[in-house]
Amino acid sequence: MKILIQNGQIIDPANQLNCNGSVYIAEGKIISVTTPPTGFTADKIIDAQGQIICPGFIDLSTRLREPGQSRKATFKSETAAAARAGITSMCLQPDTRPVIDTPAVAELIKGLAERCGYDQIYPIAALTQKLAGSELSAMLALKDAGCIAVSNANQPVHNLLVLRRAMEYAASHGLLLMFRPQDFCLSNKGCMHEGAVSTRYGLPGIPEAAETIALAQCLELAELTGCRVHFSQLSGWRSVIKIQQAKKYGLNISADVAMHQLDLTEDDIEPFNSAYHVIPPLRSRQDRDALREGLANGVIDAICSDHQPHDIDAKLGAFPETEPGISALETLLPLLLKLVSEGVISLSQGIGALTQKPAAIIQHATGSLSIGSNADICVFDPNATWTLDAQHWHSQGINTPYWGQTLTGKVSHTLQAGKLIFTAHQD
Amino acid sequence: MSNNLQLNAEGKLKHFLTIDGLSRALLTEILDTAESFAAMSGNQVKKVPLLRGKTIVNLFFENSTRTRTTFELAANRLSADVLNMNIATSSTSKGESLLDTIRNLEAMHVDMFVVRHSVSGAAHFMAQNTAPHISVINAGDGQHAHPTQAMLDMFTIRQKKPDLTRLRVAIIGDILHSRVARSQILALNTLGVAEVRVIAPRTLLPAKVETLGVTVSHDLQAGLEDIDVIITLRLQKERMTSALLPSESEYYKCFGLTQAKLKLAKPDAIVMHPGPINRGVEIDSSVADGSQSVILQQVSNGIAVRMAVLSMAMQSTGDAR
Repeated sequence: MKILIQNGQIIDPANQLNCNGSVYIAEGKIISVTTPPTGFTADKIIDAQGQIICPGFIDLSTRLREPGQSRKATFKSETAAAARAGITSMCLQPDTRPVIDTPAVAELIKGLAERCGYDQIYPIAALTQKLAGSELSAMLALKDAGCIAVSNANQPVHNLLVLRRAMEYAASHGLLLMFRPQDFCLSNKGCMHEGAVSTRYGLPGIPEAAETIALAQCLELAELTGCRVHFSQLSGWRSVIKIQQAKKYGLNISADVAMHQLDLTEDDIEPFNSAYHVIPPLRSRQDRDALREGLANGVIDAICSDHQPHDIDAKLGAFPETEPGISALETLLPLLLKLVSEGVISLSQGIGALTQKPAAIIQHATGSLSIGSNADICVFDPNATWTLDAQHWHSQGINTPYWGQTLTGKVSHTLQAGKLIFTAHQD
Repeated sequence: MSNNLQLNAEGKLKHFLTIDGLSRALLTEILDTAESFAAMSGNQVKKVPLLRGKTIVNLFFENSTRTRTTFELAANRLSADVLNMNIATSSTSKGESLLDTIRNLEAMHVDMFVVRHSVSGAAHFMAQNTAPHISVINAGDGQHAHPTQAMLDMFTIRQKKPDLTRLRVAIIGDILHSRVARSQILALNTLGVAEVRVIAPRTLLPAKVETLGVTVSHDLQAGLEDIDVIITLRLQKERMTSALLPSESEYYKCFGLTQAKLKLAKPDAIVMHPGPINRGVEIDSSVADGSQSVILQQVSNGIAVRMAVLSMAMQSTGDAR
């Protein structure tokens, strides 16, 4: 199968490419960019006139709810949503039911992905058995079963000695630790940012220090153990400063931020609207602006969706009693374009934070349009608008604060290893 | 948002969930309406037929004596039918059961819910999920709001000191966990008092408390200077076990209102407490029962203020239909 994507604006940050042209694909690989290969006859031509051609997006943190919570979402529903969002690789958090702490669960996930025809789902292994924070998981076996990193997801590792040993063990097998910093006790059952808004609404708050203290502890252990650490879903401005200092100092670390953290603040929360209930919580404008700046200057490497689809009941209740999380795959690109239009980052930088950077973090040879690499490609119209409603939404989780809004940016084609997994005409 | 939810298309009170977003004119209307009902309480016949044929459900997910009984009396005096439901909260009764409770009661054609719940936002949730003809009155939700308590306090203050704009009001104690304090602060500021001062140790103040429009003091003696109205808050026993305070006796020593400390406020200062009182913890008996105390007036006024709120909310939903 030979595919030609022609007449688009090609943006490939990994190869510092930003030009008009065409991409040539054969047998699932990119064989040429801009220059027509000799004797190339396309079986399929995609006209990308007025559109952007870029590497497919790599999402460092998603939850597809299977196995265990298919009431909330399924591989079928969420991979369809991902394909429509231009996402070609997804890293899966280990807090499934059962937890991804045995090779069998990792195999099960691979099987589920294959059955939906969406191959590039990468499980993240549990750092500790059952995520309980006390005994190490079989990391090496999990790595061999295809897990790309280890993480304790949102569960705390109370005992720093356990964390130290887990990091040492991960380091000995060259495994990346993905760590979302949040001190359990300081969080004190909070459900939003501790500040003026939590005070006004009498909602229990999570201080920013809950994140920075856990971050600082893990940075110390990163130095002690030599473990490579990726910090996930940062939310506070002082976290950005700590990451900047640690990078300058020479620690082998990276960091990401969830897309909604770059857009929303505590001030955007409609009173008691559970669609805004997310952990880490939406913080102050100062925090958001620092995250934006950190992204712009490269302190924060990547953006993830932190996709967490929920069933309706999970969000139906008084704010603190609802489950946290935002269904976020399909708003990823429109929110990126919003950041670009607000002058926070260039389009090329933004695409880099969703392609080249996450690929480097998980050490995958994807996230670029390099010759010979898998044809993971997203073609999107940066000016097309659409209304976020039931007709245009494909995730099973409708828990998004953007419901009803008009968004800009629409994917027209998604290719995964040269296979067309989404074409807009299907709608 | 909260504004839109509480008011109908004509700007009349439909639900009473929080003081937040309500105008000075509306709060004054509540106080004026309450005054007309208060005048009636001396009558031989205390009942008026305003809400005859209406059904009000007191839905209490959290224990209460004073608030529930005064709501019940208020509804009775307005000739409404009242159904009291005390639903014990358990960790398993979450949002879904709250919604199911509402749906079931709706099916019995009730007209109004008076709800108390241990979770902030529960009353908002109910207001958003009830049938359009039903009013929701918040009788206390988590640490968020207790607007009728705040209004009865405003009523009591106005009775004693008609010009609110000159007043300096001190609220002493556990602001962090207090829905009463949050509603009082909002009401006092909406009605334009000269100053609201909160007096408490740092552990009992929420983050950025000054954004609520208050001045902050950690010293009761210094904080009482020039104060016209003193509101003491109840101190819950669990504040000691959760490392917020060392002991009741130390709290009493620092923040307990005694006769000696009361003298530091203006000589005609009034003393208030939303109840129930912990004598010898946040307030000394001699102060609670003393000549400057208006604590029992607060309770009596609760009936008139709740009559005002019930009748206003019911009228606006009547208009809507």
